[in-house]
Amino acid sequence: MIRFDGVTKRYADGTVAVDALSLDIPTGQITVLVGPSGCGKTTSLRMINRMVEPTGGTISIDGEDILSKEPAQLRRGIGYVIQQAGLFPHRTIIDNIATVPYLLGWDKKKARARAMELLERVGLDLRMAKRYPFQLSGGQQQRVGVARALAADPPIMLMDEPFSAVDPIVRKSLQDEFLRLQAELKKTIVFVTHDIDEAVKLGHEIAVMAVGGKLAQLATPEELLAAPEDGFVAEFLGGTRGLRRLRFARELDAEPAASTSEEP
Amino acid sequence: MIHIIQLFWDWITQSANWSGDDGIPNRLAEHLWYSGLALLIAAAIGLPLGLLTGHTGRGGFLAVSLANFGRALPTLGILVLVVLLYGVGLGPVLTALILLAVPPILVNTYEGVRGVDADMKDAAKGMGMTGRQVLFKVEVPAALPLILLGLRTAAIQIVATATVAAYVSLGGLGRYIFDGFQRQDYPMVVGGSVLVVLLAVIVSLGFLALRRLVVPLGVRHREKAV
Amino acid sequence: MDLHGEPLVRWNWVADHVDLFATLTRQHLFLSLMPVLLGLLIAVPLGVVSVRWRWLYPPVFAAANLLYTVPSLALFMLMLDITGLLSPWTAIIPLTGFTLSVLVPNVVDGLRQVPDPVRQAATAMGFGRLRRLLQVELPIAVPIVMAGLRVTTVSSISLVSVAVLVGQGGLGQLFIEGAQKDFPTPIIVGIVLITLLAAVFDLLLVVAQRLLTPWARTRRGTP
Repeated sequence: MIRFDGVTKRYADGTVAVDALSLDIPTGQITVLVGPSGCGKTTSLRMINRMVEPTGGTISIDGEDILSKEPAQLRRGIGYVIQQAGLFPHRTIIDNIATVPYLLGWDKKKARARAMELLERVGLDLRMAKRYPFQLSGGQQQRVGVARALAADPPIMLMDEPFSAVDPIVRKSLQDEFLRLQAELKKTIVFVTHDIDEAVKLGHEIAVMAVGGKLAQLATPEELLAAPEDGFVAEFLGGTRGLRRLRFARELDAEPAASTSEEP
Repeated sequence: MIHIIQLFWDWITQSANWSGDDGIPNRLAEHLWYSGLALLIAAAIGLPLGLLTGHTGRGGFLAVSLANFGRALPTLGILVLVVLLYGVGLGPVLTALILLAVPPILVNTYEGVRGVDADMKDAAKGMGMTGRQVLFKVEVPAALPLILLGLRTAAIQIVATATVAAYVSLGGLGRYIFDGFQRQDYPMVVGGSVLVVLLAVIVSLGFLALRRLVVPLGVRHREKAV
Repeated sequence: MDLHGEPLVRWNWVADHVDLFATLTRQHLFLSLMPVLLGLLIAVPLGVVSVRWRWLYPPVFAAANLLYTVPSLALFMLMLDITGLLSPWTAIIPLTGFTLSVLVPNVVDGLRQVPDPVRQAATAMGFGRLRRLLQVELPIAVPIVMAGLRVTTVSSISLVSVAVLVGQGGLGQLFIEGAQKDFPTPIIVGIVLITLLAAVFDLLLVVAQRLLTPWARTRRGTP
C-alpha cells in the first residue's frame, strides 16, 4: 500500500500544487488520479518516486518512508510510464525495454530475454526488437513504454497520462490490453488522467482532485457516478456525462475496426 | 578555373616540391601536427565544459555569448598580436588556434545536451538513472550529432587559421601561399591554396564518415543542418 | 612579453589616426556587408526552389557544405587569378560563397518547419502559391533565417580582415601595419574596432528581428 499522509507541495513562489493530501492506494489495484489541469495530480504521482520532493507530510510504501531510500534505488523498483513514452532514440526497442534490468546489473542475455518476453506480452511483433523508436507508430511506442516500465517486474507502476497522446481508437485498444495485462500481473498502479471516461473505465478507485491540490472525492467509479460528493465533482463529471454517453455509443460502432486499425 | 587546375597540376608534379624542409610532405606534416594538437586541446577544454553547462543548464548564456564573441574575433589580428607579444613559436600560435576553436565545441555540445527531449530525460530519471548515468547513457548519445558538428566546425576553423599562421612565420601549407606571394610565384600560391582546400575538404569528409560510424541510427534521422 | 618598452596602446597614435580608422571602417563595412546582402539575395530564391523541388536540395546542400569548409584565405588567393589584386570582388565573391553556405540551409530549414496545418489553412483560404510564400511561409521562416544572417554578418566582419593579404582588408590593414613595424597599437585598435562592429551589427539584427517577428519573442536561434 502507498500511503499519502498530509502531503503538501508548495513551490518557492508560494503556489501550492498539492495541499495536505491524505490518501491510501491499495496494493494490486488501479487507483486513478483525475482532475482538471493544475489540480496537482501529476505532482502527486511524481512525489511517489521522488521526481518531486514534498515540502510537508510523508509518503510511505508498505509502511516504509520513501525518504529512507536513495532516489535512484527507489525508482529502479517502481515502473514509470509517461505521456510521450520518452523512449531513447539512440537505443533499439529491445534495449529500451531492458533499460532498468541493465541498470540493476542483470547480465545482457537475461535482460534481453526478459525484454523479448515483454515485447510479446504488450502485443508487439518480435520483429520490432531491432528497430529504433522513430520507426514505430505512437501507439506502438506507448506499448514499448509500458513494457519498459514492467521490465524489472516492479510491484508498483506510476503512469502519467500514458494513453492521451494517441488517437481515440488506438487509445481504446491500449486501455483494453492494459486491463487484460493488469488482470494477470496485479500490480499496484497509480494512473493519472484528465479524462473522466478513462478514469471510470480503468480505475478500481478514483481520486478526484480539484485545482489547488485538494482531494475532492475518493470513491469507486460506481459510487462516484451515483453520488458525486459536492458541486465541483458533479460539475467535473457532468460536463462529460452527455459526451461520455455519446462516445460510448460511438465506440460501439467502431468496435469491429478497433482491433485492426492501430498499425499504420 | 581550368587555368588554376593547370597551374596546380604543373606545380604539384615538379619533383623539387616533394623533398626537403620545403617539400609538400614536410609542410603537410607540420600543418597536421599544429591542427591536430590544437583540436585535441580545444576538445579537452570545450567538451567537458559543454557537457557540464548543458547537463546542469547553468552557464549556458555565458557559453553562447562566448561563442558569438569568438566568431567576431579576427583571426589574423589575434595571430599577429600574439606573436608580437609572445614571440614566434608553437606555443603562442597554438594558444590562438585553441582560443578560436573552443567556442564552437563548447556551444554545440551545450546546445546538443540542452536540447535533448525533456520527456526522455524525465523517463531516464524516473527509471532510476543517476545524474551521471542520465548524462552519459542518454544525453551524450542523443547529442552526438551536434557534438560532432561542433568538433567539425572547430577542425575546419583550425585548418584555416593554421594556414594564416604561416604569415607569422610558422610552417605548414600556408607557407607556400605567403612565400609564393612574396616571390610573385603565383603557381606556388595556387599550389598551397589548393592543397589547403583539399586538406579542409578531407578533414570535413572525415568527420562525416566518423558520424556514420559513431552516431546511432536512431539518432541520425533527427539531425539538423548547421 | 617583450616590447622593448613599447606600451601596449600608444594613445596619442590612436588620437592622430582617427581619420584613417574612419576610412578603413567604411571600406571594411562595404567589403563585409556586401557579401551578406548578395548572399541573402541569392539564398532566398535558391532556398525556395530547393524546397519546391526536393531533388535539388542534396546537391545544393553538398555545395553549401563544401563552401563552408573551404578556408577563405585560399579562396582569396585563387580569386586573384580571375579578379586581380585591385578589385574588391577578390574579397567579396569568396565571402558571398561563405554567406551562402550558411544561409541556404537556414532558409530551407526555416521553410520546412512551417507547420503543415498552417500551409494547408492558407491554401484553403485561397492563397495562391506565391502569395502563400510571401505572406505566410517566409515570415514564419524569418527567425531561423535571421539566426543564419547573424552568424554570417558577424563572421563576415571578422573574416574579411584576412583579405588584406590580397590587398582588400579594410581594418585588416591595421594588422599588417602593426606586424611590419612591431607596433601593437594598430593591431589592438583593429581587433577592438572589428569586434565592436560585429557586436553593433549583431545587435541591429536582433532589434530588426524583434520588429519583424513580434510573435516569436521567446524563440531561440540556432547557434
